[in-house]
Amino acid sequence: MSDSLDWTVKDLEKWADKIEKKAKEFGLDFFEQIFEICSHKDMIGYEAYHGMPSYYPHWSFGKAFERTETLYKYRVFGLAYEMVINSKPCLAYLMKDNTLPMQLLTVAHVYGHNDFFKNNATFSHTRPELTLEQFKTRADRIRFYIEDPSIGPEKVENLLDAARALYLQRSRYLRIKQSSSEYDLLLFIRDHSSLLEDWEKDVLTIVDEEAKYFLPQLETKLMNEGWAVYWHYKILGTLDLSDGVHQGFITEHNRVVARPEKGVLINPYYVGFKIWQDIEKRWGIDRVFFSREIDRDVSFLRQYLTRELMEEMDIYQHEEERGKRIITKISDEENWKEVKEILIRDVGVNGIPIIKIVDANFMGQGILVLEHEHDGRDLFQEYTFKTLEHIQKLWRKPVHLTTIENGEFVIYKCRHNKVKRVVPQGSGQSDLMFD
Amino acid sequence: MPIIKEYISPSDRSAKDRRRHRQKVREAIKENIADIIADEAIIGKSGDKIIRVPIRGLKEYRFVYGTNESGSGQGQGGSQPGDVIGGEQQGQKGKDRAGNKPGQDIYETEITLEELIGILFEDLMLPDMEKKKLRYIISEYKQKIKGRRKKGIRPRLDKRKTSEMRIRRKKAVERTGELEDNEDFPFHQDDLRYRHVTITPKKESSAVVICIMDTSGSMDTMKKYLARSFYFLLYQFVRTKYQSVDLIFVAHDTEAKEVNEDEFFHKGESGGTYISSGYQKALEIIEERYNPALWNIYAFHCSDGENWDSDNEKAVKLAKSLCDVSNLFGYGEIKPDGRSAWGSIAEVFEQNIEADNFTVVKIRNKKDVYPMFKRLLQKEKIKEQKDE
Repeated sequence: MSDSLDWTVKDLEKWADKIEKKAKEFGLDFFEQIFEICSHKDMIGYEAYHGMPSYYPHWSFGKAFERTETLYKYRVFGLAYEMVINSKPCLAYLMKDNTLPMQLLTVAHVYGHNDFFKNNATFSHTRPELTLEQFKTRADRIRFYIEDPSIGPEKVENLLDAARALYLQRSRYLRIKQSSSEYDLLLFIRDHSSLLEDWEKDVLTIVDEEAKYFLPQLETKLMNEGWAVYWHYKILGTLDLSDGVHQGFITEHNRVVARPEKGVLINPYYVGFKIWQDIEKRWGIDRVFFSREIDRDVSFLRQYLTRELMEEMDIYQHEEERGKRIITKISDEENWKEVKEILIRDVGVNGIPIIKIVDANFMGQGILVLEHEHDGRDLFQEYTFKTLEHIQKLWRKPVHLTTIENGEFVIYKCRHNKVKRVVPQGSGQSDLMFD
Repeated sequence: MPIIKEYISPSDRSAKDRRRHRQKVREAIKENIADIIADEAIIGKSGDKIIRVPIRGLKEYRFVYGTNESGSGQGQGGSQPGDVIGGEQQGQKGKDRAGNKPGQDIYETEITLEELIGILFEDLMLPDMEKKKLRYIISEYKQKIKGRRKKGIRPRLDKRKTSEMRIRRKKAVERTGELEDNEDFPFHQDDLRYRHVTITPKKESSAVVICIMDTSGSMDTMKKYLARSFYFLLYQFVRTKYQSVDLIFVAHDTEAKEVNEDEFFHKGESGGTYISSGYQKALEIIEERYNPALWNIYAFHCSDGENWDSDNEKAVKLAKSLCDVSNLFGYGEIKPDGRSAWGSIAEVFEQNIEADNFTVVKIRNKKDVYPMFKRLLQKEKIKEQKDE
């Protein structure tokens, strides 16, 4: 092999084949893999549309595109090296401008994701063999409504805006024992609002199906990214790389797992990677494969994130004090358990407030009553106001939401697209009446 | 065996969604013009000065937790309790698509004042500059050299051309063989060339925007803030039409003063209101410095309408005088509290002033600013069409 960092498609085919064989030797089990080589502009496009070759039109994708493009232009972010989608065959994109070491890292990384999609239980209902087709038919349905002269782009956009606002308000794995429909806002509204037309119900279905497809990725982000890093590191370590390529690979790898500057973020690539390595060290490789099959981020962290690891990774809790963010607890003997709980509370879907449907015909007036299950974190007011307007647009009748803010019981009441925030005096219930 | 394909993108896939997004951003800018231009003293600044105005990206609303909650973070080692950390930092990976935190959903982009003005006026269908009858002032006489003449005054003698003519004549004589070596060959009257200068008068169109504002005690910050965006729009609009635009600020309570922009918006006065005092002052300024025959005058007055009744008659009379000398005179009544009892000077004006270049606009909140401004301009357009 030459020491050049340039590559041709032929080179890449050869390498990808080697990497695939190694992956198999290591016991990875994956769908057939397709790589598409694209320009950086196409990559930005794929990022905007979650990697899907077809998607319905919506301005938020245009926004995502421009955002990524701007950040890329000013080098705030590098582009993702790769995008992989959970489909069978598995589809991944490689950027043309990347050097050989970056491509090799990416190819191996992709096999990690591919294996994870295929084997992790969270993804078992996602029907990857239908992914591309389903996204295409959903896009076609929405386009059909846009082109229908009795509906048109404006109505479709407004409905999509509202539906996408509720997109992640759905039952999650953790509450499987509870009747799930209490949490599936979109489906509940679809099935219980007598005022929605058929095409509107179909749009809600589409957005809900989309969420159902993407949610597992949110629930396993840390594990999945860590898994891909863990495997690209292992696989590339066994390949016969020239010095230059190896050097380049190590540099890129270090960039992927670099710890962020002291701030409010954690690097899921790094944390996931460290935990997988630790599991292997302490429990052996069988446990590694076992966990990739049955866990999701929450259970993964609960079981395998040790105090030693937390300390090594410098994970802490921060709070707001007099307008500043201050580190309040670090992962020491005294506080690590608490810090760990905070981390778990922030991870993936746990960062999404839980909203429960309490009543759909309150006071016999068709008022939809929602309850925010408060876990110590208050809702962000501006967003609560606007999201309620969206819900009311769908429900058409008044919508109430109860929550707690600064320790006080608060009711948001939305009627005729106007939201009022009420802090009831005395006992709450009677104040639910709309005044 | 993995499959590797080279992807050739069929078209610019996201173009339509990007266009729609930009369109929505533009709509949002128009709706929030009051917010955008709130803090900076930009009213009198010219559009080609690059002032960057932050524009918030469109938000995608959903239920999210507030930003002041406690959370987890990670450092590069050795973090200690009490350490201050940065706010919402951008991670090194752009892959967090979930957007659970509102902070991730908001991004700000900057546009120049010029672009902002472009966006604001794009749908105002500005009449073509050329077709419009503007009041020109002959500001200076421009001299331009147009060819050479044989006669002229001494200072305009073109020495180079004159020498050239002499050489030409000399060569001609040489060819005839009549010229002997070293013979003197002096300049002749026919050699002389003078620059010919034409004089063209330069037309200039100038305008003055007179901002009159009630700064009495009842005009609070919120009201001034709404007024400010109105003046901004008017000034920028006038600027697109004239070569030079003056800006005058008149603040009044019961008495009026000419002030600078800063004082205009930030100095609170107290006491009651005589609207007439502001108009009186404006008329005085016009008489002293802005001859209506030479200047295009745009006057706009903002008030919350709480004028003392005894002053109404005088105010109407002076408002009429202002209409006579102005291209456009507007009165904006600002009532952010939304009280719909407009029992105020606005109605008195509407009933008593018939001049067709006069408009009353009522502003309740920042969303009114832009549509009301458009309404104001319609009056001006009508006047121009009549002029033609």
